[in-house]
Amino acid sequence: MTYQFDFAALLPYWREFAMGVWLTLQLSFVATVLGFVLGTLCAIGRSDGAPWVKALVACYVEVIRNTPLLVQIFIIYFGIATLGLHVDANVAAVLALVVNVGAYTSEIVRAGLESIHKSQLEAAECLGLSRPQTYWHVIVRPAIERVYPALTSQYVLLMLASSITSQISAEELTAVANRIQSDTFRSFETYIVVGVLYLALSFVVRIAFWLFGLVVFVRRRKLGTAL
Amino acid sequence: MPTFTLIHFQFLCWAALWTVGLSAIAFVGGGLVGFGVALARISSTRWVRILATAYIQVVQGTPLLILLFLFYFGIAIVGFKEVPAIFAAGLGLTIYSSGFLAEIWRGCIESVPKTQWEAAECLSLSRWQRLTRVILPQAMRIATAPTVGFLVQIVKNTSLASVVGFVELSQAGKLVNNSIFEPFTIFMVVAAIYFVLCYPLSTWSRSLERKLNVGRR
Repeated sequence: MTYQFDFAALLPYWREFAMGVWLTLQLSFVATVLGFVLGTLCAIGRSDGAPWVKALVACYVEVIRNTPLLVQIFIIYFGIATLGLHVDANVAAVLALVVNVGAYTSEIVRAGLESIHKSQLEAAECLGLSRPQTYWHVIVRPAIERVYPALTSQYVLLMLASSITSQISAEELTAVANRIQSDTFRSFETYIVVGVLYLALSFVVRIAFWLFGLVVFVRRRKLGTAL
Repeated sequence: MPTFTLIHFQFLCWAALWTVGLSAIAFVGGGLVGFGVALARISSTRWVRILATAYIQVVQGTPLLILLFLFYFGIAIVGFKEVPAIFAAGLGLTIYSSGFLAEIWRGCIESVPKTQWEAAECLSLSRWQRLTRVILPQAMRIATAPTVGFLVQIVKNTSLASVVGFVELSQAGKLVNNSIFEPFTIFMVVAAIYFVLCYPLSTWSRSLERKLNVGRR
């Protein structure tokens, strides 16, 4: 092996790497929040909605979970263009990620909703809680508390999957890497650096979720349950 | 302006065979490596366990896209010029699936009740015998459903092999798109083919889950 590693060639590009990391975090954050809302609504619709809502959500979840994100991104990006609208690649990227992660979230949250025992609902009724109150305090919050670790893993995967949006030239970390490696011809080094950055990001995201869980799930914190 | 015809559809179907082939390579390769890593993960030696954990963390913490690029450019650096794209793609996907399968299987092995290990020890079986005769046969029953479920992930993720120029279903979609530029139609067809490949696997995984009733163990 005669290859000379040269990481120094990448040093002048640190600002661009940082911009890439920042955009990746932004994309992931927006997609996580919106995907969570979409997924939770879908989960509630599927477990407690009208028959046509159930069918619609089931279709949405199955279609999204059985097709690759890359193809979904292309369909949304080009689909919007076919409609005659011009949107930024970043917006299309977020939209595709939200649609994608919404389906996974809905399945995870549904598992949580199903794990709530029927006696809890009866108890809520006996306490005279209204329907929205029951939903919020007795069903949704404890359900999400239970599936929180699974959600964390799903959103870390989402952050990693946001790299795929580089294919429609959203300027996140992988797209930045693609540009830098074609500028410097230091492909291997570039992708090693980016790989390490993603690894660091996934730890950061995990820690952020853990801290968020500590703040939000008071009961769990008091019981000392690991998140 | 040419439009989407049967010939394009045939080309996509032919490419879908490569998607299936690549998935098979990734599953078999990833299964072999992943099994080794899963065993290392529950090894009685501490540093082997740490090594296996680190491997899984690294593989699960980097995007598959970056892994593929690393292998694509890495193979050239090690000195093999002119290697076909399937080699880099197969290797990248193998490593990727090994990291996830190892963790899935470790979970399955550890979900076999500890009393089974103890009983096997009382029968004076060696550690290897305990593992192969007592634990693994039980773990395998638990593992089938999640493994089939992960197969869906593998099939979907082979779409990323298109970035290193391997002509599987997604890349074929891009190629057809370059010639007739009807992206929406083409990628809808591509998505439909993926769905046809994945949906039976998803359904199968779910029925296995129900049959084994893993959730209520």
